[in-house]
Amino acid sequence: MTETEPPVILVEDLVTHFGDRIILKGISLAVQPGEILVIMGGSGSGKSTLLNHLLGLLKPTSGRVQILGQDINAISGQQMTELRQKMGVAFQGGALFSSMSVLDNIMLPLIEHTRLDRLTMEIMARMKMEVVNLAGFDALMPAELSGGMIKRAALARAIVMDPRILFCDEPSAGLDPVVAAQIDDLILLLRDALQMSVVVVTHELESAFKIADRICVLDQGEVLAIGTVAEIRQSPNVRIQNLLNRRIEEAELDPEEYLRRLTGQSSTKEGP
Amino acid sequence: MSSLVTTVDKVGRATVQGVSEAGLAAMLLLQALGWTLWGWRRGQPVRLSAVFAQAMEVGIRALPIVTILSITIGAMLAIQGIYSLSAFGAESQVTLGVALSVTREFAPLITGILVAGRSGSALAARLGTMKINQEIDALVVMGINPVRFLVAPALLGTLVMLPALTIWADFIALLGAGLYVSAELGMTLSAYTDELISLLKVNDVLHGLGKSALFAVLIVLVGVVNGASVTGGAEGVGRMTTRSVVHAISAIVITDMVFAFVLTRG
Repeated sequence: MTETEPPVILVEDLVTHFGDRIILKGISLAVQPGEILVIMGGSGSGKSTLLNHLLGLLKPTSGRVQILGQDINAISGQQMTELRQKMGVAFQGGALFSSMSVLDNIMLPLIEHTRLDRLTMEIMARMKMEVVNLAGFDALMPAELSGGMIKRAALARAIVMDPRILFCDEPSAGLDPVVAAQIDDLILLLRDALQMSVVVVTHELESAFKIADRICVLDQGEVLAIGTVAEIRQSPNVRIQNLLNRRIEEAELDPEEYLRRLTGQSSTKEGP
Repeated sequence: MSSLVTTVDKVGRATVQGVSEAGLAAMLLLQALGWTLWGWRRGQPVRLSAVFAQAMEVGIRALPIVTILSITIGAMLAIQGIYSLSAFGAESQVTLGVALSVTREFAPLITGILVAGRSGSALAARLGTMKINQEIDALVVMGINPVRFLVAPALLGTLVMLPALTIWADFIALLGAGLYVSAELGMTLSAYTDELISLLKVNDVLHGLGKSALFAVLIVLVGVVNGASVTGGAEGVGRMTTRSVVHAISAIVITDMVFAFVLTRG
């Protein structure tokens, strides 16, 4: 990790709403070249929404998202298409196209964005399948794969264009501990072998501590802390310690609000 | 009073939703045509293989059922035609009635309704499932425009195959009618064919084909808009698929009437 190079992702004061509800309350963060940043937080902390903003799938109310020096909400569609070829995304459920074989799924970005002949593309896709340990499963359909294989196929598709930045949404969710650990190792391997910057969104503490260079803890739409694994572990912040120690947060009790909620007259729209 | 407010509220919301869906459909149509015409210039063409795959699904695989229904409708028209014309002793005029109703109305209508039920619903279900599985998001983040990749091939495939199926339905329905007429009125099939050729104008056939092209656009847009609006998992997919069939068939029947009204008075 070199501090002198400009960050690959720069988020400045990102605010976003769903209807009247505020979801992200002024997020700022940076991802340095070659680092693995883990965005961590409980359900409803806004981490999936933040990821969707980094991917350009949502438009923010205000604030900026810069990827590789370009403001993704200000550039043209064509520039964005070119930028997207430098980004790889592995979705939580894999999002493999169910009508295509594993090989065709992994090859799709090459087919759409390059003019290589089919044999070359097949070789490139198979090389990535070797990396994620899926060699020989070319002809299988996504419905025939196990949970861990789907995640690995999704990773192979995400890296087939040799992106500068890899995004992983909950890479180990729903997997047994052994397979989850394999996926973590794979992410570390990909970063070391391909020199990518990696953004991982997860709520799994163990996985986060294992792979992260830095961790960004998100809670109720705010960044509680960004720091190295050691810094986060030692953080004096109560909410972070609650999250780390799996303690249930005590909600502040407002009797009147409680009554209003029970009778269905609550007017609060703000929430995570 | 409050029920009146609720009703007005409901009507208002439904209207807003209808207008926004029509707007979405119009935008999708323009974008799909735009990608078809200019996509290759950006190095992102609409793939011919995808268009063929859609044409195969929409057109060729529908041939058996279109054939069965067309021959039945043709015979039915001949039966009803002879029955109603017998009141005036004018059974021999049945050919004219059958020829016009098949080419101008029944062939495009029955084919449109069939394709709406077969392919419009399939399109809505496919897009809806892709949406809830994040496959549409996956396309977007790969830099593959979903309109170019999914909508344009469906539109082009249907736009070619629905009129083609309609021509086929014209032939088969007229054959079905001819078989019944020749048996019932003792007329040879070749005499029936000669009469058809002298009675039918190119315009009648084009009237039907023009409608079927319009139906193709309606079926695809209704399917895509409903598929893209899916929320709430498998149940949502089912709901929107049903909605897509109902809307597409309603749109076809209403458009059919408007088209006939405008073109027969002009």
